Amino acid sequence: MTTDPITENPGAPKSFNRFAIVLLVTLALLPPALFYSGNPFWLDVFTRLVILALAAVSLNLVLGYGGLVSFGHAAYLGLGAYAVGVPVYHATYGGFESIASYNGWVHLGLAIGVSALFALITGAICLRTRGVNFIMITMAFGQMVFYAIVSIETYGGDDGLTIDVRSEFPGISLDNPLTLYALCYLSLVAVLYLVHRITGSRFGMVLRGARANEQRMRAIGIDCYRYRLVAFVISGALCGYAGFLLGNFTTFISPEMMDWTRSGELMFIVILGGAAYLYGPIVGAIVFIILEEVLSGYTVYWHLPFGLLLIFSVLFLRGGLSGAMDKLTGRSQ
Amino acid sequence: MSGVALSIRNLHKSFGGVCATDDVSLDIAGGELHALIGPNGAGKTTLISQLSGLLPADRGTVIFNGRDITRLPAHEIALAGLARSFQITSIFADMSVLDNVAMAVQAQDGHSYRFWQPARKDKRLRQPAMEFLQRVGLADRASSLASAVSHGERRQLEIAMALATTPQMLLLDEPMAGMGPEESGRMIEIMQSLRGEKTILLVEHDMDAVFALADRITVLVYGRVIASGSPAEIRANADVRRAYLGEETDPC
Ligand SMILES: Nc1ncnc2c1ncn2[C@@H]1O[C@H](COP(=O)(O)OP(=O)(O)O)[C@@H](O)[C@H]1O
Ligand SMILES: [Mg+2]
Repeated sequence: MTTDPITENPGAPKSFNRFAIVLLVTLALLPPALFYSGNPFWLDVFTRLVILALAAVSLNLVLGYGGLVSFGHAAYLGLGAYAVGVPVYHATYGGFESIASYNGWVHLGLAIGVSALFALITGAICLRTRGVNFIMITMAFGQMVFYAIVSIETYGGDDGLTIDVRSEFPGISLDNPLTLYALCYLSLVAVLYLVHRITGSRFGMVLRGARANEQRMRAIGIDCYRYRLVAFVISGALCGYAGFLLGNFTTFISPEMMDWTRSGELMFIVILGGAAYLYGPIVGAIVFIILEEVLSGYTVYWHLPFGLLLIFSVLFLRGGLSGAMDKLTGRSQ
Repeated sequence: MSGVALSIRNLHKSFGGVCATDDVSLDIAGGELHALIGPNGAGKTTLISQLSGLLPADRGTVIFNGRDITRLPAHEIALAGLARSFQITSIFADMSVLDNVAMAVQAQDGHSYRFWQPARKDKRLRQPAMEFLQRVGLADRASSLASAVSHGERRQLEIAMALATTPQMLLLDEPMAGMGPEESGRMIEIMQSLRGEKTILLVEHDMDAVFALADRITVLVYGRVIASGSPAEIRANADVRRAYLGEETDPC
């Protein structure tokens, strides 16, 4: 294989990316096929998988590429879903005129805008800390949103709220499960491409450099804080978008969506799949969904094997499953 | 060539009870290669870290080209034209050698809020980076992973990264540490090629290299400057001889 030494990236995964393309093609074709062959249940499973993968891809931007272990990303999923549920609630039952709406663009704008703003404010604080402190404080902010939502009786408090009407867009109906799946799938592909461009850009190099060696970054003249904050905001906004899709998929919102255990699941997906691998979160999401479906049938303690698997992968599989696969298929040097 | 590039006044840093730098004052003229020597633990690395802003000074001032940089954050000092290398190699291990230098070029280029175009295909970064690698004799290792090249090559990479920020002045912390004679020889050649072009503060243990390269030499012992002068003056200085024979000086 001949490569240009000027542009070569010896750290890049090679064989694994081809496998990932196969995965993406499968995700495009298999679920609709199952749907038409009379297995609508499977379409639901795949829709959830794709939304989780999307959220995990957004987390991967900060966790994988930026080395920022955010333990509060479920908050963005929740904010995005409530950005659908709350305007619909008010459009149906009155009140809060300024946001009451069935219009999908309003929901979308709220989901992304509120998430980005929340990421900006909390990130500005969290990113002044490092290591375990960062993990704890992101989790604390996540729990803050959780308890704030629990305390609001209007939206059902603990019990949550059913979304009566899905986001309305001209020309397409998200009530059609295939249309919804197509939207989620195309969103995943678009966000993957976006993250691919970002992480390969000048900005992305700064983000990777900040993870690898912050002292060196300062010594060559780069203040990592601002770049990390921008990455945090992009990640939060994308995860909020995933929440918007999730709200439209489940048509039900509850604080439980943003519980810290949900944040843990997203971390699990990213780390097990392979942090800083573009397609790692997809692998992670697939393994997660399979384990959840299989294990929750056997035991209510199905989170336990998750934890063990995660510890195993952190200790023995650098780069998670993607990294392991890359080695098995013989990444050539 | 003329004028004071870096002026250090009464710089002080203590860690608990240990005075790592104790009332250090020193002027370094523009274009000069100034060697800083002293036994292990004398405070040489601490001094460089204070000058580069990575360690806050307890007291004292640092003036660089007439500008007070004492309280500036490290990244602003780097952008002001004062670059450093590290005694313990500090690179981006999981990137290629060329990526490492391109990152420094990018820092100096100042346009890092670009989210779309691939940085690895950016000629404005890659070509200058390649030239800096050529300058230190590392061009043939450009596409190797930085963690995969030899210790000596990583030391050269440190220099290339410092040069890539196009500094006026270099702070080099034992660039030849742990190198074999052949590699040291190459590093001395690199220094030679930089003299006159950059003002250099060089911390080095290899006395042959120091006396071959330095215009002036400062000796630091227990955080204090005990002598500063031309190589001939330092060679003749009785205090320096005593310090290198390991005799006690007062604690601070
Ligand atoms: N981060 C630190 N914390 C505590 N003590 C330190 C630290 N850095 C250096 N020292 C102490 O300061 C003194 C000077 O160290 P250093 O600047 O590394 O010396 P040199 O580079 O001349 O060998 C030593 O006694 C060292 O133990
Ligand atoms: Mg030292």
